[in-house]
Amino acid sequence: MAKEGEAEAPIPGKIELFLGYVKIGLLGFGGVGPWSRHVIVEERKWLSERDYAEVLGLGQILPGPNVGNASVMIGRRFHGLAGSLIATAGLYIGPLCILIALSILYELYGTRPGVAPFMQGVAAAAAGMVIGTAIKMGQNLRPPPELIVVGLLAVAGAAFLRLPLPLIVVVLAPLGVFLSLRRSWKRAA
Amino acid sequence: MSDGDDLWALVWGFLGISLLSVGGGVAALPEMHRLMVENQGWMDDLAFSKRYALAQAAPGPNVMVVGLFGWHVAGITGMFAAMLAMCGPTSILAYAFCRLRGHLQGAIAMRVFERGMVPIAVGLIAASGLLLAQGAAFGTGGAPLAIAISIGSTLFVWRSRFSPLWVLGAGALLGATFFQ
Repeated sequence: MAKEGEAEAPIPGKIELFLGYVKIGLLGFGGVGPWSRHVIVEERKWLSERDYAEVLGLGQILPGPNVGNASVMIGRRFHGLAGSLIATAGLYIGPLCILIALSILYELYGTRPGVAPFMQGVAAAAAGMVIGTAIKMGQNLRPPPELIVVGLLAVAGAAFLRLPLPLIVVVLAPLGVFLSLRRSWKRAA
Repeated sequence: MSDGDDLWALVWGFLGISLLSVGGGVAALPEMHRLMVENQGWMDDLAFSKRYALAQAAPGPNVMVVGLFGWHVAGITGMFAAMLAMCGPTSILAYAFCRLRGHLQGAIAMRVFERGMVPIAVGLIAASGLLLAQGAAFGTGGAPLAIAISIGSTLFVWRSRFSPLWVLGAGALLGATFFQ
């Protein structure tokens, strides 16, 4: 990992950091993941592709929303605790305002005859969007066959058997890490 | 049950979910479904899918849907309570971890760990989608069309590079036209 504060990378000021994250939050239709990378790596060049992937990877294995975790870590990198707070606030403030407005509208008009079918159509499409994203992610990651099985077990456990999440994680996490470890040994041998 | 009890159940529920949610907000949806629909009976399957759809129609992190679930239970107070429970403690955890990590340089161990965990996260996301599709299928309109929309949208997002907004728009149009 690159040391903190390497020479070439421009360090964003606090206002820049906030505005960058406001932009990420407001652009993020269907999730902020892709936009977060676009703004931080390509547009503003705050982090290199590698550094960003590392931060996001950490955000993913820590509990909680991963882009939210990444905002805490990236904010901290530039401005310490204040940076974490600024980046996280920026990320959530725009979407939160929009959601409050949407909720009020939904409460007022959600039960109207025309709205229910409309929302059902969006709900069906949004469901497909989640499944499609999962397939795409799985494809891009190219996991070895035994880890694909672990992934499919997670699908079966959560969607069909309806097992509680703690149980799924407690059973599958050691299995997944063990299989991954075995791969590394094989490669080393 | 009084409103106060509901609010606490909401906070404790999402706090527990957040600490176990590996792989981001969407991966925890099945567990949120268990909390909102199965355990507490705050909403039915269709309402769950619709709130999720509402969150998708707005920009922002996927985890914002938690705010909408909170709103459903206890209005705007519920929204902020649920969001704070979901994001607060895990943010503190991320911050603490980051501080510790200055000393740890276990990049390889981290990669091995991550490679083992990521398939679980992706599997949980896929499971979320299946649960949402099921919820959308049991609406007032016909299940076959809802399922067809879900499959079409899956293929579109999987196979094309266009913005997912197109699918949401098409779903809205088809729903408004054909569902009764």
